[in-house]
Amino acid sequence: MTLDVVDLRKTYPTGDEALKGVDLTVVGSETVAMVGPSGAGKSTFIRCINRLTEPSGGEIRLDGTDLVGLDDDGLRAARRDIGMIFQEYNLVERLTVMENVLTGRLGYVSTWRAFRRDFPPEDIDRAYELLDRVGLEDMENKRVDELSGGQRQRVGIARAVIQEPTILLVDEPTSSLDPETSREVMSLLTEVAAERDIPVLINIHEVELALDHADRVVGLHDGELVFEGTPAEFDERARDTVYRGMDAPPSDAVDGSERSVADGSTVGEPTRTPAGGS
Amino acid sequence: MFGRRGLKWAVYAGVFGFLVWSAWGLRVSPTRFVEGLGYGRVLLGQMLPPSADSAGIARIVDKLGESIAMAMVATVTGIVLSVPVAFMAAENISPRPLYYANRGLISLSRALHGLIVAIIAVKAVGIGPLAGIVAITFKTIGFFSKLLAEDIEDIDMGGVKAARAAGASPIQTLLYGVVPQIVPRFVGLTVYRWDINIRQSTVIGIVGAGGIGTLLLRAFERYDYAYVAAILSAIIAVVLVAEGVSALVRRRYQ
Repeated sequence: MTLDVVDLRKTYPTGDEALKGVDLTVVGSETVAMVGPSGAGKSTFIRCINRLTEPSGGEIRLDGTDLVGLDDDGLRAARRDIGMIFQEYNLVERLTVMENVLTGRLGYVSTWRAFRRDFPPEDIDRAYELLDRVGLEDMENKRVDELSGGQRQRVGIARAVIQEPTILLVDEPTSSLDPETSREVMSLLTEVAAERDIPVLINIHEVELALDHADRVVGLHDGELVFEGTPAEFDERARDTVYRGMDAPPSDAVDGSERSVADGSTVGEPTRTPAGGS
Repeated sequence: MFGRRGLKWAVYAGVFGFLVWSAWGLRVSPTRFVEGLGYGRVLLGQMLPPSADSAGIARIVDKLGESIAMAMVATVTGIVLSVPVAFMAAENISPRPLYYANRGLISLSRALHGLIVAIIAVKAVGIGPLAGIVAITFKTIGFFSKLLAEDIEDIDMGGVKAARAAGASPIQTLLYGVVPQIVPRFVGLTVYRWDINIRQSTVIGIVGAGGIGTLLLRAFERYDYAYVAAILSAIIAVVLVAEGVSALVRRRYQ
């Protein structure tokens, strides 16, 4: 599996430049954590990959297919291979846990069968297995509005994984959870991905959590990639670069100097807030 | 601050002035008003007690039945037509041109009073209950689609995004992301509109669109006020029952 993002750009209709040409490659079964301050473009980047947000320019190659050029049918087929886990869980509260998990299989069943909730038995078996795996055994008939935040995110994980995706995109999975639950959810997430041998791209602002679970860290600042390295390499200096937009990190972290942050005056929170927050 | 207070009083003065002007324009003088009260008392005297012979009662039952049937059919057809209109008139899930087209249709339906629609329907399809069904259906679309569309606009879009991200088709996305969130409201609105349609169907017969309104008009033309009162009592009874059922069902579902 290879996800190859080249020169990804996104300018919102308001004129905000959320992404100013980001290159990133995710291969094999690695866990890549994308860190950066609020408004750096992390969520925009993740959402552009499966085109929940339409990119303004660049290429997104998933195993060679450029997702940017796909028509509606092609995009739907490609999205089946991309599992996504959301910050606010994005479950339908009035549906049961089982129905929410099976939503992940919609790309594979006809509309008529979906309407009648008539999923193939193997999908249902897999849903039960996954619910066991994420620690929600015997909860399949509960309505989601009866669940806690941690349980909801577990449903979100099961829904993404039942797609049998070739990559998992994870958008701030823990920012609505308490620290303890955050840790459990992150461990579960990375374990489940490892069992299936698929890569994970996580956008996360809690640095310690990111460093504990990631194989590689990339730092985004003001729409530009300003750091790339192992968790061990993400030192004080790298943090300053990513979070305050200070000097370029050592040249081994970012190839070429043209990608260093030009606007050194942007300290702390950038004023720009792309639609959809963080 | 003083400027705004001045504006407030100017608005009050304007509203009061408009009321005085309207009353003057309508020539509702106190003497005319007192005279009117007198006529009213005479009319009431002729209406009470309500009376109808057995043939009259049979006609009431027959025509009231027709009204209720019209309301039932028009509620079903109206809602079947309203559902797609509502989805297309919801800003958050509908493409721009469809959104404007369907909002336009809703505005048209709401702009015209039921009686005017009924007159047009009578001219179009002829006197009788079919005209009533057409008219009530058309009015149902304006009401039902508007309120349902507003409910769709208020849903949590999370489930919609998740379904899209999993590769669901647009219709599947509606089925799993939108529909579960609007079902309770749908049931409530259906019963509420059914109850409104029962009331509508008792009136539009006055312009020839079927139902008990026809009977009522003819009784008025014969100055048979006791029979008018009997018809009105029957209408009131049916409407009260419909409202009670509607309130009960809505309380259960919301």
